Amino acid sequence: MIYRENGQFKTSYLADQQIFTIAQDKWFVLGLIAFAAIGVPFLADEYLFRAVLIPFLVLALAALGVNLLVGYCGQITLGAGAFMAIGAYAAYNFMVRVDGMPLVLAMLLGGVAAAGFGILFGIPSLRVRGLYLAVATLAAQFLCDWAFLRIGWFTNNSASGSVSVAKLEAFGWVINTPVEKYLFCLIFVVVFALLAKNMTRASIGRQWMAIRDMDVAAEVIGIRPMYAKLSAFAVSSFFIGVAGALWGFVHLGSWEPAAFSVDRSFQLLFMVIIGGMGSIMGSFFGAAFIVILPIFLNQFLPFLGGLVGVTVSTAGISHAEFIIFGSLIIFFLIVEPHGLARLWSIAKQKLRLWPFPH
Amino acid sequence: MTNASNAAPAAAQGGRKFGDVILDLQNISLRFGGVKALTDISFNIREHEVRAIIGPNGAGKSSMLNVINGVYHPQEGKIMFRGQERKKMEPHMAAKQGIARTFQNIALFKGMSVLDNIMTGRNLRMKCNLFQQALWIGAARNEEIAHREKVEEIVDFLEIQHIRKTAVGALPYGLQKRVDLGRALAMEPEILLLDEPMAGMNVEEKQDMCRFILDISDQFGTTIVLIEHDMGVVMDISDRVVVLDYGKKIGDGTPDEVRNNQDVINAYLGSGH
Repeated sequence: MIYRENGQFKTSYLADQQIFTIAQDKWFVLGLIAFAAIGVPFLADEYLFRAVLIPFLVLALAALGVNLLVGYCGQITLGAGAFMAIGAYAAYNFMVRVDGMPLVLAMLLGGVAAAGFGILFGIPSLRVRGLYLAVATLAAQFLCDWAFLRIGWFTNNSASGSVSVAKLEAFGWVINTPVEKYLFCLIFVVVFALLAKNMTRASIGRQWMAIRDMDVAAEVIGIRPMYAKLSAFAVSSFFIGVAGALWGFVHLGSWEPAAFSVDRSFQLLFMVIIGGMGSIMGSFFGAAFIVILPIFLNQFLPFLGGLVGVTVSTAGISHAEFIIFGSLIIFFLIVEPHGLARLWSIAKQKLRLWPFPH
Repeated sequence: MTNASNAAPAAAQGGRKFGDVILDLQNISLRFGGVKALTDISFNIREHEVRAIIGPNGAGKSSMLNVINGVYHPQEGKIMFRGQERKKMEPHMAAKQGIARTFQNIALFKGMSVLDNIMTGRNLRMKCNLFQQALWIGAARNEEIAHREKVEEIVDFLEIQHIRKTAVGALPYGLQKRVDLGRALAMEPEILLLDEPMAGMNVEEKQDMCRFILDISDQFGTTIVLIEHDMGVVMDISDRVVVLDYGKKIGDGTPDEVRNNQDVINAYLGSGH
């Protein structure tokens, strides 16, 4: 009932090109961000921040990067974990090797390094596509796994092979507590989501989508495939690289190459597929689904067992978690192959007309 | 529509004046391995005219268009664009020179809205870089709005206002063809290549499309190269017609000349034995 655009007339193209063309959407999202920034720190406890909210935000940012490439430009990648690793290790090296390097700049430079490698590993996309491209990007994954494990320089010759960041400080703000870490991640995610949205509604986003939908026609109307594809790789890798730096610096604190294994690449790709390809919102849905659902099941199953008087063993829980999680993925992909974002927009569409069917 | 065919090519309907030769194709031959798609074809296209390419299936019409806009590279022959020989070029370079086209099997960007599809046609004229676009600062935003205004003109011209926000994949065939034309028009091309714009349409849709083509020619002075199977349409709206058969040119001239050309009649109706 409340969700209506009645009476909201647009009188300029500027108004028609806003991110949220319906006022209720705008207020909802602004309210959500305000709640995340102000309300959540009072409500959530330390466990929730550490185990759920921070990983959710960081992986949502990475998924957003993957979505720009896979969802908007149509180039499959299985190297997302590698680009996260490059972002994290590059930022680490900038921090360690350059005196007085500011934290935020180091993370952005980590993203830039990832973007450089993204362009390099994006070059095969000019000749191959689909599964073949996926395999080519997988090479990035194995190369990085190897390089960060074997080449001492990258880890500053740390004896254990793991690296750690001692102190986080940005613009005089010391980031110590989980709440501060959460807010730090939140700022990154909001800013980057806005950048992504701007790109996808501008000419570069249309170029990416044109390449995704029909590359021959795109070239005929004057889009250079090389520029469109490589810029998608660069931007996407930049996002993923910054997310990797956040993951290492803020979430983990100290990490080994295993933190960015091929599992992570798959996880990010699944987030995009389940959340919704070619949708900014979908990246968040996907990240929420994959990060939060297993934790929810983990908490919920013993409770459910308690209700019927059965004590579920820890092993039983983790098995059941896999089974239920897997079947939910299949369920959602059958019900809506275009992801949770599509379900969301269908729901909104229905809400606009409610209580009438048409 | 019917009196166009009677007019002499030098002074066609609506007072349109033909200019100089804008594109001159000289002795074009195109082979795919051993298959000869085009053999020694020469013809020219004059500014502001409606030039039709006709021929039976497999005659090489679409290949000809693909040669013109740089998708295929002929092994032999020269292409002169505005009096200068055109070196081997990629499609996006041809686009830059002002050659736009529509496709026989609609090649729209299915996941995008009608507006976005037509906006991609403006891509070459948008100059803001990635960073400006990402930040959505003044220049990028103003550019977006300026081009949106141009696109809206095309939307009005093609009478597709009501579907501007619809995803293209959900549109019926006739409208998709129209959007395809809109996307090409958004490039403000000098030469517009239309590959069977009326295939699979009913009479009403064909009439609409004919009207749009003639209006484009009249209002914008765009040179139009047209492939079409509907002979009524071709004879009515085109100024000059070139006829291909098995990759060879068998006729060239005004619709009337072509209609009475014995080779053309043989190709279409079979020769008497």
